[in-house]
Amino acid sequence: MNLAVFVKQVPDTAEADLVVAADGRSVRTGDAPLQLNEWDRFALEEAVLWKERTGGALTAFLVGPEEHEDALRRCLAVGADRAVRVWDPALPGQGPCAVARVLRAAVGDEPYDLFLCGAQAADDGFGLVGPLLAGELGIPSATLVNRLELQDGRVRCTRELEAGWGEVVDLDLPALVTIQTGINEPRYVSILGIRKARKKPIDLLGLGDVGLDDRRVGEAGSRLRVEAFAPPPAGREAEFLEGPPDAVARQVVDLLREKGGVL
Amino acid sequence: MSVWTVVEHRAGAMRDVTADLLARAGGLDAGPVTAVVLAGPGEADGLVSGLPPGAHRVAVAEHPDLAGFNGAAWAAVLAALARREVPAVILGAHSAAGADWAPALAALLDAPVVTDAVDLAWEDGALTAQRSVYGGKLHARVRLAPASTTVATVRPGGADAPLPAGTAAVDRVEVQVPSGLGKRFVEWVQEAAGSVDIAQADVLVSVGRGIGDAESVEVAEALAEALGATVSCSRPVVDLGWLPKERQVGVSGKTVKPKVYLALGISGAFQHVTAMKDAGCIIAVNKDPKAPIFRTAHYGIVGDLFKVVPALIKAVREARGTA
Ligand SMILES: Cc1cc2nc3c(=O)[nH]c(=O)nc-3n(C[C@H](O)[C@H](O)[C@H](O)COP(=O)(O)OP(=O)(O)OC[C@H]3O[C@@H](n4cnc5c(N)ncnc54)[C@H](O)[C@@H]3O)c2cc1C
Ligand SMILES: Nc1ncnc2c1ncn2[C@@H]1O[C@H](COP(=O)(O)O)[C@@H](O)[C@H]1O
Repeated sequence: MNLAVFVKQVPDTAEADLVVAADGRSVRTGDAPLQLNEWDRFALEEAVLWKERTGGALTAFLVGPEEHEDALRRCLAVGADRAVRVWDPALPGQGPCAVARVLRAAVGDEPYDLFLCGAQAADDGFGLVGPLLAGELGIPSATLVNRLELQDGRVRCTRELEAGWGEVVDLDLPALVTIQTGINEPRYVSILGIRKARKKPIDLLGLGDVGLDDRRVGEAGSRLRVEAFAPPPAGREAEFLEGPPDAVARQVVDLLREKGGVL
Repeated sequence: MSVWTVVEHRAGAMRDVTADLLARAGGLDAGPVTAVVLAGPGEADGLVSGLPPGAHRVAVAEHPDLAGFNGAAWAAVLAALARREVPAVILGAHSAAGADWAPALAALLDAPVVTDAVDLAWEDGALTAQRSVYGGKLHARVRLAPASTTVATVRPGGADAPLPAGTAAVDRVEVQVPSGLGKRFVEWVQEAAGSVDIAQADVLVSVGRGIGDAESVEVAEALAEALGATVSCSRPVVDLGWLPKERQVGVSGKTVKPKVYLALGISGAFQHVTAMKDAGCIIAVNKDPKAPIFRTAHYGIVGDLFKVVPALIKAVREARGTA
């Protein structure tokens, strides 16, 4: 099987102290480490598993600046044969539709059988790039897949729905799937492994190389624009319990008595 | 100008989010609201009669290829109808179904699309959306390009606008589902019930990825034992194999409403919070003062759970006289 996986490098949102930049339209992630998007780790593992099972080839794609190359190194370290990074200064903040178009152009005429994306990116959480890319490619897709089986000429996908429900759908190949976490156990990659992968080349393409100009993907081509980032609006705002652990623990015990009727 | 709401249902049953969607659609002020019901043969009548108020018109399409759920078939049918009637906005839920048909529809119509909006507004002939991003740590206001039709999905549970009562005219529309979609619905599947039902527990000690590793789950188990509570968890804890799936709280796990919910090392992603926010008393322990869980919890403790929980176990044992 000829496989393609699409990956994004994102800040660890749980650790990041995010600051909205002065222009209000970009986010500074401080010292927070960048990492391969959680959903993409599972998509990558699934792609590598199918490459191993079918004796195929795997190409990894990323739209991003040089600082995001580690995501591709990780792909190369676990089994991708080739990595492609597309970048242009016009791209930041152009939204999922532009990213999908760029990825479509980067794929070119290469006949892939199965395209894998993450179900969503941890930063913007759109869950759009995958199905929009499938639209650009004119191939069927299934989102939120948590089980994949290959059956002559098609893939049988289980999609994860809410509250313990799932649905099974068949897709004719070539097809695109977006992968939900938990579908597999992503393998451990050592720092050494990633370092070794540094020797493998990464193809770098600009918009011109993939045959796009920024009318299709720049400010004009983008159909979604982030106007402003802001701290989240006030919610229920917890009452904070302060003090050393023992003192806090006593307050919790009181709460459990009063509010919970426990103890 | 009109707004369409795509009615969400599964295995013949209406999903709660439909009421939410209709309220949102009415609140948009972008024209009268049509509820679109896509269903297999003979399925629609039950759905139409159970439809929450809020629609001015109901459009019903039945077709064998619309039985079960096939996002590609839904998108194809909606695209054909939308080309005919050109609604300003097509609104769906940010659900597993919406995540499948809405982007596919946007691709077919070459329409602007936004997903997972917590709020929407119609301004000068274009849609703006408020979105919760970076795991709930920031909000983003996004503006969509003006277009004849825009596709949007909204996060369930946000609308509280009262629904106007009244009866809507029901239109049956003829639809074709193109052959060659390359996608077929096979069947619904349901997880087998586990041996523990966390939804029955009065007190839940719930652990998130912040617990760090499988061995450390013991810390939470010890607290649960001292309290006579049940252990539950967030999704990554299940994905990592630290606890079984039956313990998972969240949209893709169980919805719980205990008297007390102790959230240990859980960041507070909406897929988690939406399924525990109605607990009587929510106490969260997180080392990050900006963790979104503190906007759902009633009480918050900023700190390392490995310092707080042992102290809590001790205090609980003392209070119970079992120290
Ligand atoms: C379609 C879909 C369905 C989903 N369904 C669910 C679902 O059903 N349930 C669910 O939970 N999620 C679900 N998710 C995932 C969800 O988006 C989040 O990724 C997930 O809830 C995060 O889990 P977490 O809070 O445990 O981990 P993280 O977000 O990684 O948070 C870990 C937290 O622990 C804190 N921490 C770390 N160390 C310590 C310490 N020593 N002491 C105190 N605090 C510490 C950190 O500050 C951080 O806030 C779903 C996602 C999708 C896309
Ligand atoms: N810049 C990018 N480069 C490559 N793939 C991407 C990029 N952005 C998103 N994707 C893919 O699309 C998925 C969903 O992203 P999103 O639509 O942003 O939520 C991710 O999990 C990736 O698989």
